[in-house]
Amino acid sequence: MSRHWQWLLILPAVAPLLTPYANRIEPTVLGVPFFFWYQFACALFAIVVISVVHVATREDDHE
Amino acid sequence: MSERDIEVGVFAVLMAVVLVLGFGAARWRRPENPHTLEEWGVGGRAFGNWAIWFLIGGSMYSAYTFIAVPALTYGIGAIGFFAVPFAIITTPLTFVFTTRAWSVARRHGFLTHSEFAAARFGSPGLGALVAVTGILATMPYVAVQLLSLQAVLRTVGFGGEWPLLAAVTVVSVCTFRSGLRAPALLSVVKDALMAWMLLTALLVVAMYGGWDRTFRVAGEHFAATPSRIDGLLLPDTGHLGFLTLIIGSALAVFAYPHALVGMLAAKDRATVRRNAAALPVYCMALAVMALLGFFALSRGVKPVDGDLNTVIPQLIHSHFPGWSAGIAYAALTVAALIPAAVMSIAAANAFTRSLFRPYLQPNASPATEARVSRWVSLVVKFGAAALILAVDPAYSVDLQLIGGVVILQTIPATFLGLVTGWFHRAALISGLIAGLGVGVAMLYSIPKLDATGRVVAEHFGGSSWPLGNGTTVYVGMVALFVNLAVAALATVMLKAAGVPGGLDATRPDDYLADAGDAKLKRLDELIDGLPRRRAEPPAYVGRARLLSGAVGEQSLRAPRERA
Repeated sequence: MSRHWQWLLILPAVAPLLTPYANRIEPTVLGVPFFFWYQFACALFAIVVISVVHVATREDDHE
Repeated sequence: MSERDIEVGVFAVLMAVVLVLGFGAARWRRPENPHTLEEWGVGGRAFGNWAIWFLIGGSMYSAYTFIAVPALTYGIGAIGFFAVPFAIITTPLTFVFTTRAWSVARRHGFLTHSEFAAARFGSPGLGALVAVTGILATMPYVAVQLLSLQAVLRTVGFGGEWPLLAAVTVVSVCTFRSGLRAPALLSVVKDALMAWMLLTALLVVAMYGGWDRTFRVAGEHFAATPSRIDGLLLPDTGHLGFLTLIIGSALAVFAYPHALVGMLAAKDRATVRRNAAALPVYCMALAVMALLGFFALSRGVKPVDGDLNTVIPQLIHSHFPGWSAGIAYAALTVAALIPAAVMSIAAANAFTRSLFRPYLQPNASPATEARVSRWVSLVVKFGAAALILAVDPAYSVDLQLIGGVVILQTIPATFLGLVTGWFHRAALISGLIAGLGVGVAMLYSIPKLDATGRVVAEHFGGSSWPLGNGTTVYVGMVALFVNLAVAALATVMLKAAGVPGGLDATRPDDYLADAGDAKLKRLDELIDGLPRRRAEPPAYVGRARLLSGAVGEQSLRAPRERA
């Protein structure tokens, strides 16, 4: 059943909430502290995961 | 010509283009019968991928966000960044929940959350309550858009009240005439301008020492301030407040009436889903804007009259080349006008569908509905303008804060209603009222503190409820918790007592319906009490329909008494 693919969506929904662990300066990227660039990474991750789930569930659109 | 002349000249030319486009939008993909609420309010539910993407970006990522979020990071640092994770977690939620909302709305002809709540729980009263809550929460939201607009216009040199009123009049005329088509078309323009503004900003940051210097200087600044909550990172006691604020804001996004308007304009389910996958791009744009708050801090940009909302306009004025500054001002102005337009359309739809039609004129024709919504949208916009001209602007920001807590209380009826019809209508109404009471009472009792912790105002000082030892929790989540507890408890009690609930007018397969569906608006006719026709032989039968064996079932169903 392709609807199981939807469970993957929990990952991009939870990743941005891990701020107690992301609350640090190092490592920096281009001078931006980890706390901030981590969220950029989460946004990219959300794009990838949602696209994968969309493609995987496109055939039978049954949630 | 001075830099200032170029700035104002570019801005004026771009705004003229926007005016022409907004007015001409009525002609864009002109429908055969433009005088229905479906056409005016949700663009005939016929927008494709690109139009929806721009429209959602235009209505959800508003000037208020682009101005207030950097103002927050400028003022308190890391906590102001909450908007970014909150925006990101809305995207997977959109993929699941908005898709369901789109399907059920498409099949039943809903335009608003309130109509859905009324049909789901068999209670026009609940629908009316959700509509009123939504309209009350939207007004101050429109007002803060106009405040951001005023901050930009003031920086360009158009101070006073008349420029603001002129801008509101322009957008009102465009919306009145073109409905949702105007903000949809202007969103494309806005994103092009916004992209240029962000590119310029990144180049400017690189020119002035890059992010290294930005964060070093900003870090030194925060270390030197007396406040214990500001800084480049969250304080140890800040996590609960930060996380509840993120989750509360993310849920609130789905509850605002305007959240649904953009998505309902989509032509099919795939459009909604593809958009959910592409929306994080806007989150990254927002994150860049948020980081600009630190850059402004490191460059020593000073707000006008202590109004932090002017930080970004000031940064643009002092660091951008004149013509790029003109473009950036135009981007921010359009970014304020689009959400104002979409929000006023959403509030007007809620009024028309959940208050006007059920209670004032049950036999309203589609043309009457469209006319009522048009005028109500004007009332909402000018009401919001009056709000910020008549009362202290600082006070309308407080209203927006209350609005967020207020709108969260419709979550059990609307958002949870998409997945379960278990709640009892009377329980939902009691929960909503309990949540509103607790939320507003808590907000009222929070004092406003300055940077050193001294009390500067007794009431409505923020939405973070202190738990002692520096830990805080977002008021909206506490109120929502009370709301849910009351709703669940009352549902159990009412069911045990055998009090009949409302009849659920939706069925499980309604949440999976797609374009080409044969039974579209089936219940719209049932609810309206219009003469019922026998279903025409379906031209297209979706797989869901075949599987559930529901074909033709509607002709067997007797019209039911509605509670």
